[in-house]
Amino acid sequence: MIRTLVHRVGYAIPIMFGVALLCFMLVHLAPGDPLVSILPADASADLQKQIMQLYGFDRSYPEQFASWLWRALHGDLGTSIASGRPVATEVFNAVGNTLILACVATMIGFFFGCLFGFVAGYYRNSIIDRLASLLSVIGVSVPHYWLGMVMVIIFSSQLMWLPPTGAGPGGSADWTLDWAHIRHIILPAITMSVIPMGIISRTVRALVAETLSQEFVVGLRARGLTDYGVFCHVVKNCAPTALAVMGLQLGYLLGGSILIETVFSWPGTGFLLNTAIFQRDLPLLQGTILVLAMFFVLLNLIVDVLQSQFDPRIERG
Amino acid sequence: MDSSVISRPRPPSSHIDIGGPQQALLSVRGLIKHFPLSRSMFARGPATAVRAVDGVDFDIRKGETLGVVGESGCGKSTTARLVMQLTMQDKGELVFDGQTVGSRALPLRDFRRQTQMVFQDSYSSLNPRMTIEDSIAFAPSVHGVPHKQAIVKARSLLDRVGLSPVRFAGRYPHELSGGQRQRVNIARALALEPRLVILDEAVSALDKSVEAQVLNLLLDLKEEFGLTYMFISHDLHVVRYVSQRVLVMYLGEVVEIGDVNEVFDNPRHPYTQALLRSMPSMDPNRRTEEPPLSGDPPNPINPPSGCRFHTRCPHAQPVCSQTPPPLSDETGHAVRCLMYQPGSGHSAAPMGVAA
Amino acid sequence: MSAISPSVAPAINVNPERSPGYWSNVVKRLRRDPMAMTAAAIILLMILVAVFANWIMPSDPFQAGMLRRLRPIGTPNYPLGTDELGRDMLSRLMLGARLSLFMGITPVIAAFVFGSAIGIIAGYAGGWINTSIMRTVDVFYAFPSVLLAIALSGTLGAGIFNALLSLTIVFIPQIARVAESVTTQVRRSDYVDAARASGAKPFTIVRAHVLPNALGPIFVYATSLISVSMILASGLSFLGLGVRPPEPEWGLMLNTLRTAIYTQPWIAALPGAMIFITSISFNLLSDGLRTAMEVKE
Repeated sequence: MIRTLVHRVGYAIPIMFGVALLCFMLVHLAPGDPLVSILPADASADLQKQIMQLYGFDRSYPEQFASWLWRALHGDLGTSIASGRPVATEVFNAVGNTLILACVATMIGFFFGCLFGFVAGYYRNSIIDRLASLLSVIGVSVPHYWLGMVMVIIFSSQLMWLPPTGAGPGGSADWTLDWAHIRHIILPAITMSVIPMGIISRTVRALVAETLSQEFVVGLRARGLTDYGVFCHVVKNCAPTALAVMGLQLGYLLGGSILIETVFSWPGTGFLLNTAIFQRDLPLLQGTILVLAMFFVLLNLIVDVLQSQFDPRIERG
Repeated sequence: MDSSVISRPRPPSSHIDIGGPQQALLSVRGLIKHFPLSRSMFARGPATAVRAVDGVDFDIRKGETLGVVGESGCGKSTTARLVMQLTMQDKGELVFDGQTVGSRALPLRDFRRQTQMVFQDSYSSLNPRMTIEDSIAFAPSVHGVPHKQAIVKARSLLDRVGLSPVRFAGRYPHELSGGQRQRVNIARALALEPRLVILDEAVSALDKSVEAQVLNLLLDLKEEFGLTYMFISHDLHVVRYVSQRVLVMYLGEVVEIGDVNEVFDNPRHPYTQALLRSMPSMDPNRRTEEPPLSGDPPNPINPPSGCRFHTRCPHAQPVCSQTPPPLSDETGHAVRCLMYQPGSGHSAAPMGVAA
Repeated sequence: MSAISPSVAPAINVNPERSPGYWSNVVKRLRRDPMAMTAAAIILLMILVAVFANWIMPSDPFQAGMLRRLRPIGTPNYPLGTDELGRDMLSRLMLGARLSLFMGITPVIAAFVFGSAIGIIAGYAGGWINTSIMRTVDVFYAFPSVLLAIALSGTLGAGIFNALLSLTIVFIPQIARVAESVTTQVRRSDYVDAARASGAKPFTIVRAHVLPNALGPIFVYATSLISVSMILASGLSFLGLGVRPPEPEWGLMLNTLRTAIYTQPWIAALPGAMIFITSISFNLLSDGLRTAMEVKE
């Protein structure tokens, strides 16, 4: 176990370094002067130089990268140009909100995905299978930002059951588990759950169909195993992969939440990204992308390690 | 068809017999191939490797069929791949008709025109997206033969191996049966008019009746084109039927080599004896009472010290675990065993000075 | 069995019976799949509309008219209503098909070309070349694709070319991975060994043996990316990156019509419905293609 862990972590570290490098390079691709948003147009050359020194834009790229990375490892992601607050604070506040949304969405998606996938796999090639498969194709084909709009139209505008935007009273800082807050999360979470639902349902269906068609199942039945017993058996076989896919989907949602958060004005990292891009707030942009990407890599790592633990078919080390 | 006849070498159009009938067609000297095992960063000790081929020497004489037998994992297929140079050896050299393969006298590309191979799996050795005639015509076209001419040659070879060109030339591999595909593979191997053909378990995957047909085809072709064969198989009956000499391999080494009838009737190495005893007999009066060999073959990562067979040998003595025996010098029937090594220290060995 | 005699020679020159090739079999199987054919028909319709939009549009998609803003569906002269600036929705949707389809398909084609090249080279070469190429690809792959697309697009700035570039960069690693995996598998097969044994050079082997066997699976994978690409491309325009107004593009139209969801919800939802229909058609077609290719005879 330890060997696998060390091995996987050892492999992930250069990836994380590469990701950090890519983050850094990404942001510095931006054409145009990074300081244009804070400096008045007629700022003196002296003032310009001062500000550049303050933000470190006057040093060479490798130097900037090294010092940025060093500080990031210590939790200092710089200061947002637009708001003046530390990037780290802003990002971690927002990450909390996005995590809540993404986790709820993933759980919903996992539940329904497994349900549809199981049913489709058990009754494969029947009408039920085709229906469930159609639902999952819809899940992966629908533009989720449009679906969000449609949900708002139906449930907020027409039926007035649920609020269209925001995270609830108290804004992003004050989230508690009460109805006032939950009613805000319902629409965005359901909208977001559609993609993982589609993907998980397809995966589970394929797994279940494959497992049931294997010869050992016939052997089990021949030895008198009840339907319930076979069911448990199938679950045990499919669980590791299904959980792995769920983990990966969670990571994907964390990184790709920006579109839904824009539609629902959900104060998460996606929203922050949006702000950072349009205000050309480089430190904020850099910090947000870095945190999100690292989350994704870490999540993949965890899924990897757990999967090799639970699925004996995957080779260790 | 009397398979014991060594066909008179008839030089095919493109290859000249350089060394004459006494020169071995292929001379394998000291071939070594180890496959390193990937190891984690934290493993201790020397790097381990699968010692697939560990010092193999033999000759293939012009016009003969050399059978190669042994258990799974003994290194037969690796040896075949080394001879074809599909895998490069770690040490050792190949000398083809007196010229070293890979030297300026015989560059690899020229060697490849003269040596070809027929693989065991008839399906995976044919490109599923190429028609049969294109597959056969590929090799000649690589060497500069114009496409039309290569196709004509492909069709004539198809006819020669017993597949009607009209019916088969435009088909795809999945439409043919196993036996038909293997005939195609043979046709493909002959397209470059080679002198040496390596048959790696070429008939092992076929049904018995089909196997017999393909074997007879191989013998006819050998006679007609003056070919030399290296015939690898685990089926001892078949090897006896087609070969003039036979080579026995164990854990990456040659343990016995000699005239096929001599080796099969008077096996010297204990392993060969066990192998032959394990052939099921058709005679109900000669039932096999106990298994001739016990245990699994030790793995090639860590072969036993001294003589590699000593852990399963009924005649093993302490000296066997200390001294690795060399292959004896006789050209008629050589064996790698201390019992035949004069002065080796084994109680059954003849008297004399240790070599 | 005898050597070739003159009487047999003419038989060699007769044209042999030819089996239909692999792809014609695939197409044949595809034709028998009703869902895939329906999807293909829808896509063809969209493409035709996109190509001939200029000729079949009922009105000028750029002609604004503040007095006729947000007219509902079914208004005379404006069968699908008007948008927030009074422009005819039907015409804008038709012309929008052009950009939306273009932005969805082009990055996948570009990524197919570059990604396959990278993956096939890495897969065939093996060794340190493979490791260095694939580790670099892995770093890009370690980013969630939406994030990468938005980050790239955001830093390069809005605009069609930048959006296309960002999306291509996002898809190249995914295709490269599939290409490398398929090529490695093909490389290990016996027929490639046989080709090497006949003295062919690597380039010839790749051309004659690897490509015909590898490109098929890579192509199927690429088609499954088209729907993702369309959604992402429109998503970029939805965020304000990508296509800029007044060009009609479905994602951008969704963005500008957001304020109208309370007054004319169905008009606001129309562009997204178009994206949905096209995207699901591409997915169904891609699924049908994969099923048609999987059957081994």
